Amino acid sequence: MALKIVKGSIDRMFDKNLQDLVRGIRNHKEDEAKYISTCIDEIKQELKQDNIAVKANAVCKLTYLQMLGYDVSWAAFNIVEVMSSSKFTYKVSCSQLQLQSVDAVLITTIINSVSLPLVTQDLSSPNQYDTGVALTGLSCFVTPDLARDLASDIMTLMSHTKPYIRKKAVLIMYKVFLKYPESLRPAFPRLKEKLEDPDPGVQSAAVNVICELARRNPKNYLSLAPLFFKLMTSSTNNWVLIKIIKLFGALTPLEPRLGKKLIEPLTNLIHRALDLLYGMVSKKNLMEIVKKLMLHVDKAEGTTYRDELLTKIIDICSQSNYQYITNFEWYISILVELTRLEGTRHGHLIASQMLDVAIRVKAIRVFAVAQMATLLDNGHLLTGNMQRNGICEVLYAAAWICGEFSEHLEDPMQTLEAMLRPKVATLPGHIQAVYVQNAAKLFATVLRKQEGTTDSLAAQETSQLLIDRLPLFVQSANLEVQERASCILQLVKYIQKLQQKEVEVAEEVTALFAGELNPVAPKAQKKVPVPDGLDLDAWINEPPSESESEDEKPKAIFTKEEPKHTRPRHTEVDEKELARRREARKQEQANNPFYIKTSPSSQKVYQDQPGVEHIPVVQIDLSVPLKVPGMPMSDQYLKLEEERRQKERSERKKKEKKKKREKHGRGRRADSGPESEEDITPAHHVDIVTEEMPEVCWVLLQSGYFIPQVMSAQFLFQKSTKHKKKKQKKEKEEKEKKKKKKHHHHHHHHHHHLHSADESVQNGTVEEEEEPLPVRTWPSLLTHVYDVQGNLQDGSQVVVSVIFENKTDHFLKSMEFNVLDSLNSKLQRPEGSSPHDGLAVPFQLPPGVSNEARFVFSVQSIVMPQKLKGTLTFIVKTEDASTHEKLDFKLHFTCTSYLITTPCYSDAYAKLLESGELKSSSLKLEGVIMPFHHLLARICFHHHFSVVERIDSCASMYSRSIQGHHVCLLVKTVSTRPPYISSLLL
Amino acid sequence: MMRFMLLFSRQGKLRLQKWYTATAERDKKKMVRELMQVVLARKPKMCSFLEWRDLKIVYKRYASLYFCCAVEEQDNELITLEVIHRFVELLDKYFGSVCELDIIFNFEKAYFILDEFLMGGEIQDTSKKSVLKAIEQADLLQEVCDVHLGLL
Repeated sequence: MALKIVKGSIDRMFDKNLQDLVRGIRNHKEDEAKYISTCIDEIKQELKQDNIAVKANAVCKLTYLQMLGYDVSWAAFNIVEVMSSSKFTYKVSCSQLQLQSVDAVLITTIINSVSLPLVTQDLSSPNQYDTGVALTGLSCFVTPDLARDLASDIMTLMSHTKPYIRKKAVLIMYKVFLKYPESLRPAFPRLKEKLEDPDPGVQSAAVNVICELARRNPKNYLSLAPLFFKLMTSSTNNWVLIKIIKLFGALTPLEPRLGKKLIEPLTNLIHRALDLLYGMVSKKNLMEIVKKLMLHVDKAEGTTYRDELLTKIIDICSQSNYQYITNFEWYISILVELTRLEGTRHGHLIASQMLDVAIRVKAIRVFAVAQMATLLDNGHLLTGNMQRNGICEVLYAAAWICGEFSEHLEDPMQTLEAMLRPKVATLPGHIQAVYVQNAAKLFATVLRKQEGTTDSLAAQETSQLLIDRLPLFVQSANLEVQERASCILQLVKYIQKLQQKEVEVAEEVTALFAGELNPVAPKAQKKVPVPDGLDLDAWINEPPSESESEDEKPKAIFTKEEPKHTRPRHTEVDEKELARRREARKQEQANNPFYIKTSPSSQKVYQDQPGVEHIPVVQIDLSVPLKVPGMPMSDQYLKLEEERRQKERSERKKKEKKKKREKHGRGRRADSGPESEEDITPAHHVDIVTEEMPEVCWVLLQSGYFIPQVMSAQFLFQKSTKHKKKKQKKEKEEKEKKKKKKHHHHHHHHHHHLHSADESVQNGTVEEEEEPLPVRTWPSLLTHVYDVQGNLQDGSQVVVSVIFENKTDHFLKSMEFNVLDSLNSKLQRPEGSSPHDGLAVPFQLPPGVSNEARFVFSVQSIVMPQKLKGTLTFIVKTEDASTHEKLDFKLHFTCTSYLITTPCYSDAYAKLLESGELKSSSLKLEGVIMPFHHLLARICFHHHFSVVERIDSCASMYSRSIQGHHVCLLVKTVSTRPPYISSLLL
Repeated sequence: MMRFMLLFSRQGKLRLQKWYTATAERDKKKMVRELMQVVLARKPKMCSFLEWRDLKIVYKRYASLYFCCAVEEQDNELITLEVIHRFVELLDKYFGSVCELDIIFNFEKAYFILDEFLMGGEIQDTSKKSVLKAIEQADLLQEVCDVHLGLL
């Protein structure tokens, strides 16, 4: 009998461990409840035993059963008992169980009374994992009593040597705070310390806890803002960043100044998110994503951010050859909607997209033409923004598309009329040029229609319309416009003559514009098979002997005899060779001082627009929402697309079903899974050339595109004054030299009473003009401008610091500084004073003393150097008398004075260079003898550039104007010749 | 703060539950049942977030197993989704391409991993490496214990 009991207990002891239980439950699927009840009985038996190992095993099983939803609270006492064991594994399961059973009041009290000593004992265990388990367990059943009793112990653990314990202690402290808020005050300093813990785990735990606390009561945590800000800018842990940003969300309403500080880091984050979008799009979600972005565009407050969104939208849509666009009507509508953006600087981009799509997607032309016609009709709405690359650029595309594909126009006459409105003359020249040319195309189309209906009178009237309107363009200041207009005007006059003789001319006029532009892939030429018998590798002429000089190469013969080969790049030259040649050519161009175009965009400089800014512009209030009739809302396409896909899907399903029926259900699973990318068929049959951008399009884009007029690259044009400095002047334009030689010149000119500033020329100079009166008794009052500095906060302000030095032996007082304002630059005077009042210099100058005064100027355009004339009046006090004197001077604001040193990473820089939006020019300086690094340092210091990259004697530099223009500068030394500076400006 | 985390199978079997706030057993059962119904009824393409009672539910399905977290209203859903994923990554790393059975038979290990990763409803350590190191250490300790047990 006794043996039996022993045997039974041993059996039971080794009978079922947790694994067996789990397996058993799985094997008794039908009568699970019954099986478990026997198991529970067994467990009860096991718990009655003395052997702690058996008890532990039982508790393990209980844990599992409890998870399955069985009530195990009856075993609470045993569980706590097992927990007191020092064996690690039991505690793991116990702490599981504890938390699950924490609800029952009874158990809580048991835990409180029993586990407290256990837990405290564990907390001081030498083994960090024991302590860890105790903490984990505690985290689940902290009660106010426990919290109160353990707070100081846990606080000590927060400074434990092991980060493992520290982080757990930090986290559990949060629970303690919740249950026992009084502990927060003493523990807080230590918690704050943990924010800067060397261990990232502890740090993130502390961030978590403080963020949670701060969310409940943000006001008390404002003082931590700088610390969090530091963490935010330095931490690379995204988990922590998210928490911190959340926290700032709670703090900013309390401290408005925080918002300003946060803008920069947050914009960086947003940009990162936008970049992610690029990779996220698919055919299916493109419309949805763009819709969301469009919403943001509407809501966006800053123009820069809006522009950023705009470029992203276009980037996303146009990536990999419009791969993800299934409905081009939608895309055109998006582009049209984007034109309603106020103040965007990406008109050019939108225009190029419109052109590209209209040319390459044949099916879309009817739609596109209709849209463009509406745009033209409402053209006056877009002309409010005439700044370079403004939204009026889209009119360029609109006019071209309407002209080129005029056969699709519903009412070409109306469009023709729209294109010849007098308002058009206010558009930038290159756009007018396109208008004129395409008006002629439209004219041809109109004639055809009208002659078709044998309404010769109407045709004559159309001609008359052109004859009436074109003279406006003939008078244009723009050569291109003028040329085209006068040419077409004569042509129309001739046509009218013919019409009066009742000759049908439409056919012939149409012939002027016959032929369709087809997109051609850049590599298309390679695909043309070489005709039989033509050996491209064979020499046409024997190669010239080595001794022959370069210029004697028979270029003329080559072109004459084989005109087909005038474009050697179509011959079989491999890529490497091409690249090498390109490199060589670039090198050659770079070394050629007369070659000023070094950027890829240089080819685009086709029409130079000297007068864009000067064309009088009527500002139109664009605040009225532009709900132009007939312009579609892109949103509707989303719906349509959905419906279309739905339809397709159901059709496919039907087919699928049919197939299924035919194949006895062996078709693929019809609609259970998500739709795959390939399943979405484009709505339009799209003629997309799968390689790169078609060459023809390129040519088109390049031919008429307007490259914004930008700051000229001249750095400093220091025009000398009435002194005979002519000789110097030339040299002065070469800035470096100027700097070097400056000293000498000034020494030579010492006989003049007044002379211009020496070292400080860099940023603009005040030069004293010599008085017309030959002899002046108040000589060397030397005035320097040390700095003309842009105001970061305000893109339209510069601060001029002037140092006055009294070189006379007399006392100078009552100085008044006055500048004759120009249209562009105005001296900021106190409110209420007239624009002719001078500003009092707030100090007097005893002999030999110098002092600095600052003056603020408001500047409108920063893309041109400025010269302002001014006068300084002052009173000179001598022993016996005082006289009123006056000095004239000139203030030079050079372009670089508006620059602000901005660092730039080389990849961003490369992107900028590639963007093709930079205009370039170059300048060669001679006689610079200073070391290259010295030169760079000077450019950096005086002209606010920062070096992006330096390789040997080449350096790329970057700066930004106060209005956000990018300025890229490439400096290089040409062998022994002086540095060659080319600058690219945006 | 995370309120609780549930792991359940497509058949509606609870595989793991962890509650970070004290909840009565009866309520727990009710919530689990209700939530399982809601989540299991959702289509694969539906959003991973839903509002439920006063909580936000973030769930994700991995093979046959649903990982479901309940967080408070001010919490970030996306980071919760990341938490779930990180937990799965941890399980995967520990078990070596984890499957449901691993969790069924080694549920105490799964709990332990979760405890090392989350504590009191907050992320304890974002570093996979340090979590796994802690688990490794604990395993070593347990092996020693098991040897002792064997001697008993």
